[in-house]
Amino acid sequence: MRDPRRRLPAAFALALLAGGVALADQTGLPGRPATAADVAAWNVDVEATGAGLPPGRGSVADGERVFAARCAGCHGSAGQGGPMDRLVGGQGTLASDKPVKTIGSFWPYATTVFDYVRRAMPFDRPGTLSNDDVYAVTAWLLFANGVIGRDAVMNARTLPAVAMPNRAGFLEHDPRPDAP
Amino acid sequence: MSQASRIARRTFLAGSAVAAAASGLPRTVDAQTGAALPARPTELGAPLRPYGTPSPFERDVVRVAADGPPTAISSWDFTPLQHLEGIVTPSGLVFERNHGGVPQIDPARHRLLVHGLVDNPRVFTLDDLRRLPSVSVMRFLECSGNSLSEWKKPTGATVQITHGLVSCCEWTGVRVSAVLAELGLKPGAKWVLAEGADAALMDRSVPLEKMMDDALLVWSQNGEALRPEQGYPLRLLLPGFEGNMNVKWLRRLKVASEPFYTREETAKYTDLLGNGEARMFTFAMEAKSVITRPSGGMHLGRRGSYEISGLAWSGRGKIVRVEVSSDAGASWNAASLQEPVLTKCLTRFRYPWTWNGGEAVLQSRCVDETGYVQPTLADLVRVRGLNSFYHLNAIQSWHVASGGEVTNIHA
Repeated sequence: MRDPRRRLPAAFALALLAGGVALADQTGLPGRPATAADVAAWNVDVEATGAGLPPGRGSVADGERVFAARCAGCHGSAGQGGPMDRLVGGQGTLASDKPVKTIGSFWPYATTVFDYVRRAMPFDRPGTLSNDDVYAVTAWLLFANGVIGRDAVMNARTLPAVAMPNRAGFLEHDPRPDAP
Repeated sequence: MSQASRIARRTFLAGSAVAAAASGLPRTVDAQTGAALPARPTELGAPLRPYGTPSPFERDVVRVAADGPPTAISSWDFTPLQHLEGIVTPSGLVFERNHGGVPQIDPARHRLLVHGLVDNPRVFTLDDLRRLPSVSVMRFLECSGNSLSEWKKPTGATVQITHGLVSCCEWTGVRVSAVLAELGLKPGAKWVLAEGADAALMDRSVPLEKMMDDALLVWSQNGEALRPEQGYPLRLLLPGFEGNMNVKWLRRLKVASEPFYTREETAKYTDLLGNGEARMFTFAMEAKSVITRPSGGMHLGRRGSYEISGLAWSGRGKIVRVEVSSDAGASWNAASLQEPVLTKCLTRFRYPWTWNGGEAVLQSRCVDETGYVQPTLADLVRVRGLNSFYHLNAIQSWHVASGGEVTNIHA
């Protein structure tokens, strides 16, 4: 058996490497410092800038296959909806009596599509698509909405650069009270 | 019940039945209905039980699920406001809105991660949070979709369907500001992502200003642990803000400089205006009131005295005045407000009314401490059009027919 006095510094260094945080806890708070591993495991959000997008890539063609296998059952073979949300079409309807809010007609950021699919889809088995599959299905949804071309490939660099048709359609300042 | 106590009870019951027959106790009959009324109990009641439930005669007082959504996993149900008194919503009747079902979480395995633009990112257990100074507050919670069926035509038959996406509880927890202040905010911190541990990893961006004002991390509701469907073991409470932002099953807070533009705050909980533009980040639930009795589906009996009673609330502070009209808003009378009147809390109002037996249209309108007056539906539609879906806080009208039937109308 090795001398524990010799093992301790090694374990200490490993913890520092794995955690990447100062071990000194000076907050006086209950709880413990979050390690890099804690954050990495849960830090799944993707920002509009693309921050948080993982490595990987997906093509429209791959996305068509993923969508057919994992999404079409709820959203229709062409994303036309039924029984769950319609995802495709509706552009030009927002000011009409019957607005159709889809990814193409309404969503302001393409990064949100990746974030939401990875976060919550497929509805019955969330968290089971690979990052490549999520990029691919995002690509297909954007293609089906006429936002990107058939040959486009989505990755951490191209996705944040996609300009969504309704990007300017939102007012971020709450003007209420607005009535009476 | 043990064998011994069962036997003891049977023996005793037999004895008391004999005694009752022998005593010849008189039976009473209700003069109006002819129903036989019990003279006096001659049987023992039920024994103790570890957790109480409502009387079986109250089985109609339950939540009712929305009939629109194709799955009950991502759906909502309504609080039976027409059956409730006072301002507290019993925990089991608080409305539900879930986006990926109700997870069953072992509190021993639940953690809250607070990270992002903080000096000391940190992980908390429930026991850790309970060591911090705690507070209890009475606050309402309202889904921004409350009354969404009522924009174009009167739809809900009862106040449960028209207004039942609001509930009010006593919540206990710790201030988010206390936690964030201890962790140390970095320059540029302006928003906080709140994320749940449900299947949808439901998430919303919350202004840091709100977090530092009155936001709470709560584990208790009406004195006991949160119900699973209300976020057990930990949820965010943002008093006065739309319900979905009060993230349930809270597991992560991430401080950032910009909002995250999540699906729920872009594609979903945004308010589409008539010109095709949509409002984003409309957080506060504005002042609203509704008469809960008499309300849709009820029948008045004989003409004469009735108490009009209802609820008022505002996400911007206290209710200062509620007025009631029985003539579709031609004239208004001040209702009395039941104490306590608390900020961002349901307030019970009452008004004694004499029904003359003819047609009437009952309405209530409230004013909050900012001076804001609850609008008419026409006021709202003029500004927002008919497709903004969320944040309908207009005056509700109940029509009383000469026969006493009460129905939902637009007046």
